[in-house]
Parts: sequence; structure tokens; C-alpha cells
Amino acid sequence: MRIDLEPRAGRSRIAEWVAPVGALIAAMLIGGLLVAALGKSPVQAFFVYFVDPLTEAWSLQELAVKATPLVMIAVGLSFCFRANLWNIGAEGQFIIGGAMGGWIALLTHDGVGQSVLGSWWIVPAMLAFGAFCGLLYALIPALLRVWLGVSEILTSLMLVYIAQLFLDYMVRGPWRDPKGFNFPVTVNFDPVATLPMLAPGGRLHAGVALALIVALAAALVMARSLFGYEVRLVGSAPRAARFAGFSESKLTLAVFAISGALAGLAGICEVAGQIGQLQPSISPGYGFTAIIVAFLGRLSPIGILVAGLVLALTYIGGESAQVTMKLPFYLTGAFQGLLLMCVLAADVFTRYRLVIQTGRRA
Amino acid sequence: MQKIASIASTITLALALSTGALAADKLKIGFVYVGPVGDFGYSYQHDQGRLAMQKALGDKVETTFLENVPENDSERSIEQLARTGHKLIFTTSFGYMDPTLKVAKKYPDVMFEHATGYKRDKNVATYSARFHEGRYVIGQIAGKMTKSNTIGYVAAFPIPEVVSGINSFYLGALSTNPNVKLKIVWANTWFDPGKEADAAKALLAQGADIISQHTDSAAPLQEAEKAGKLGFGQASNMERFAPKAQLSAIIDDWSGYYTARAQLALDGKWTSTDTWDGIGKKMVIMAPFKNMPDDVKAMAEKTTAAIGSGALNPFKCPVLDQAGKDQCKAGAAALEDGQVLSMNWYVKGIDDKVPQ
Repeated sequence: MRIDLEPRAGRSRIAEWVAPVGALIAAMLIGGLLVAALGKSPVQAFFVYFVDPLTEAWSLQELAVKATPLVMIAVGLSFCFRANLWNIGAEGQFIIGGAMGGWIALLTHDGVGQSVLGSWWIVPAMLAFGAFCGLLYALIPALLRVWLGVSEILTSLMLVYIAQLFLDYMVRGPWRDPKGFNFPVTVNFDPVATLPMLAPGGRLHAGVALALIVALAAALVMARSLFGYEVRLVGSAPRAARFAGFSESKLTLAVFAISGALAGLAGICEVAGQIGQLQPSISPGYGFTAIIVAFLGRLSPIGILVAGLVLALTYIGGESAQVTMKLPFYLTGAFQGLLLMCVLAADVFTRYRLVIQTGRRA
Repeated sequence: MQKIASIASTITLALALSTGALAADKLKIGFVYVGPVGDFGYSYQHDQGRLAMQKALGDKVETTFLENVPENDSERSIEQLARTGHKLIFTTSFGYMDPTLKVAKKYPDVMFEHATGYKRDKNVATYSARFHEGRYVIGQIAGKMTKSNTIGYVAAFPIPEVVSGINSFYLGALSTNPNVKLKIVWANTWFDPGKEADAAKALLAQGADIISQHTDSAAPLQEAEKAGKLGFGQASNMERFAPKAQLSAIIDDWSGYYTARAQLALDGKWTSTDTWDGIGKKMVIMAPFKNMPDDVKAMAEKTTAAIGSGALNPFKCPVLDQAGKDQCKAGAAALEDGQVLSMNWYVKGIDDKVPQ
């Protein structure tokens, strides 16, 4: 007996969208078995994980806050991945964006530099500078690839550690809060250096709206512009793209610039919207989780928006499950892994047909 | 039929009401841990404290914990506990300081306790332990036990708690061995067995025959055991990981504190306080002294008792910094608490620089 995978002749559009939903259901079923094996009710777990967080204003808002950095970064990454370029260093670009944007908040702390212009410009400047520095940081691996042919996978990943240590150094040294008992944190940002809240009293910061705008704009660019066509063409048919006269080098720089800028923007939004100060670490791995989000969302901006929310849901649902059902923390990680495995498997089955042959071939 | 149904519904209603009333009487207490409960170090000890409190207070309390909560994304987790009826919440890592204060403002009727921080509020108390007291004891042991006169120290981050620990350890070692040298490696992590083990290997390769650690996993101690050298456990008794190498361990014991604070909350007498206890109040406990000659053991026991009774202060004056300047305030018997809590300088004799 042989088991073969045969490429399917055509790919149906319906299958492309049904597959991830099927994968989600499959992952939930396997997750349910895990919960049952732990001696808890899978039905209750399903409600605590996936339904309860969607029924309360508080958790919906937290969902949006948690999904924001993931969506912003993943949308940027989708440009790279579409063009078959592998920016693994969004985490570093996120940190650089947060750190450099946050620097402006530190420079203007306590009314410094606001005598002429006032303070209205601080938040926009932070956002712009954060995105710009993320962009510059992402150009390093892109330029190394274009000029020297160095693998962007390695360089972008290594630059993550440099970014982490840079922030760590600055927060422990030059940027440390002078009144903070030598603890490695900066001062709390002034209200004028913090993103405005969309709803009073909550945590829904303006970055959430930005993420939405970014996703919609990216969807337009990807689907309707010549640039979007170029990205898609270089990724799927590089030879054809070369014949069409598209420059691979220019495109490499462009997609890295986009993804770096968006990761940097996500970083400064997280710092100015959620954390409110700089710390040795400002990301629980958003730059890496966003890679999963990008693929779960099938590299389409709207898909990423949905995938970011689904992943945020697993975090928040996972926390509720720890609190209300005393389920272990590791179930969240296990479930995220399951989800990715199921999506990848579903992907294989939409592209290939399973052929089981018995007996001998002639 | 209808009658039965109405009786049944009355009974279920009554049941629901009575369990509701019972649940309301219980004090719900939440814990937020930075590491996994299974780190067998820092977070493990906090969880042991939770379990001891649960045992001591029984049905009067119900406890919940969230583990592996990243410090930079902790506000939601803390609020999750506050909004699900937890009235007393312990946030057990330094990085939860500002998030705890933010949530506390929103929930003025919830009591918060933040470990190792310095910002308080009407409903936010702080607590920490004088870990450096234990470090003086193990420093003395290390000074006695080293043959190469070189001691390795795996440190997490250059925050005051760690720096004062290094100083106290070194002063202890110096008091029993004037020729002792300290080599410090910064692992830049609280919990990463791989990195911690690498740090310990580097120190062993540089001739250290005793490994002391201020990181949370048992990895450095296990490296010492593998190399046939000696070491100390951190936060928890790690004897089972290195039965031949562990000389002693500094154990964080939160059970007394957690039980006392929960009892105060139950009695309605909880207030925001700042607690910093050590060996004397049994918040810091020394694991059994093993793998050493009897005279060293006797010395360690004597020092532990002296620190516990207040007769000995690891930072008794004068305390000279690396430049040889006495850091004590004029006429003081020892460094003040505030000076220890914000320490970012090494004492004289440490051949290294505090990373700035």
C-alpha cells in the first residue's frame, strides 16, 4: 500500500476559506479531548475560552488591545512573505520602534521643549519616529541581501537580539528613572505622550483604530495597486516578474521597509498606549507570534485581522480558563500549536489530494 | 405535574441562593506569578506560600493563580482577577508594579499586595524579604569551603536586590577568607536553565570551585554537581537536584506572610503596609547545612542565629565602596534600609563594575 499526495488540478476559492474554519473546528475538538483528559468539562471550557470573552464589553476591549500589535506586525509581514522574502526579525523592529518613539516621550518629559509649540505634536512625532526607526532597522537585512546576498532570515533574526540588548542597556543606563531606586524602568510617560483612549476609563487606545486602518489600507494596496500586483507576482512567479521588468532589489527594500515601519508603529503604539513607560522588555514575543498570525490569515490583510483576533481570543480565553476553571496555563500554548498544525494540514489538503493505492502498480 | 415542577424550581432556587451566600462568605484571593509554578524556585515558593495559606485558613478562602504572566502585558491579567471577585490580589514580581497600581485605582475596594516594589497606595501594600541576610551566611560558608579562593556568582539583573545580595555575599565570604575572589556573570534572565547553565560553566572554567546563584532555576547548581564542585540553592531547597553539591539554600518562605495578610483581610483589618522581613521573622530560611565539615556548619548556624536576633547586620558600618569611601551615614551602626533597597554600587574588593 502506498499513500501519495497528488496536486489538485484547480484550487477552489471556497476550499481556501472553508479550510481554516475546518482547521479551527478540528483544533477545538482535539483541544476538547485534552480538557476531558484533564478531568474537566470540554463544553464548559469551550464556553470559557471562546464564548464568554465575546459577550462582555471588558473582554472585547481587551481582545482588541491584545490583537492590535499582532495585526499591525502581521500585515507588514504579509508583504514580505508574499514576495517570498523572510523577515523573521519583526520582534526587533517592534522593539526599536517602541524604544525610539518612547525616547521622544522621555525627552519631552515634564514639559521640556513644549514652550513654543505646546504639546499637541508629541504623540504624532512619537508614532512617526517609531515607525521610521522600525523601517530603518528593517532595511539593514534588506540591504545586506541586495548588496551582498546575505540570507535575510539569519540577519533579521540576529538583529532581534541586538534590539533587545539595546533597549535593555538604555533602560538600565541613560534612560533610567532617576527617582526609581535604580530599578531598570524609565519614568511614566506624561499624559501628553500617551495615546488617547477611544473610550473613557478603559484601555482601548487609539492604536486599535490605527491597526484597523492599516489592515484596510493594506488590503486595498495588495488587491488594487500595481505595487500589490508586483509583490504577488514576484512571490508566485519570479521569472515572469523579471521578464515584466520588475526590479527584485527595489521590491526587497520596499517590502522590508513596509514591514519594518508597521512593526515599529506597533511597538510605539504598545509602549504609548498600553505600557506607558519603557522597560527592559516591551514585548512578550509579539513579533514572533505575528508570523503565526500572518500565515493563519493566509497572508491577506483581512484574514490577518480575523486571525489576530482569534489568537488574542486564545490568550484571553486561556486566562479566563486559568481563573474560572483552574485549567493549566500550558493548555493555551498547546492549543495555539494545535491550531497552527491543523491550519497547515488543511492547507496541504486544499492543494493536494490524498491517494491511497493498494496492490502493485503495473 | 405543575406542582412538582414548581417545588423543584423552588428547591433549586433555594440551593442556588444558599451556595451563592456561601461563596460570598469566602474570600477569593488571586496570585500572579512571573514564572511557571514548576520552576522549583521563585514562583514555586510563592505558590507554596499560597498552598500553606489555603491549608491554614481552609474553607474561609478560595485561591486562584495565573502563572507565566509577562510583566509587560500584565495589567489585563491582574484586572481579570479583580473583576472576577478576587478581593485580595498578590502580584509577585517587580515588573507588575505600575500595572498593579493602575488596576488598583480602578478597583478601590480590592486589596492589592505587590512584591519587591516601592510604590504604594491606599489599597496597595508592598512586601519583600531581606534575601541579603541569607547571602551573608552562604558567603561565609563559601569563604570557608573554597580551595581555589575563587567563587562564581550567576546573577540575573543588576537591580538593587541582586547588587545588595552580591555585596552581602562578598562581605560574608571576606569575613572567613581574606583571599577570596568573586567572579560575576550576568545571565540577564530570571529563569532560563540553558543560559544559567552556560554562565555556571564559564565560571567553573575560570577556576571557580563554588557556584552561587541569583537566578531561579537549579541549572547552575546542577552544573556544579556535574563538575564535582559545590553550590547553593536559590529561593527554594534544591537539594534533590544536587544532593552532593548543595551546601545550603536561601529559601523564600511566604506562607506566614500570606496567611497573616489573608487573616487581616478576613477580619476587615487589612491596611496598606510596607513589609521587609528576613531571617528573624522566618521570611528567609536557610536550608539544612550539608556537605560541609561540622565546624563550618556550626559557624553557619551561629551566624544565622545572630542575624535572626539582630545581633549581626551584614551591612554593619563601616561599609566601604570600591573607591574606599564609607557609605554609612555619620554615626550609623549599619546601612539604612533605603540605602540597601537602592544599592547600585559594589563594596571594596569586588573586582568588577556594576553594569550601568
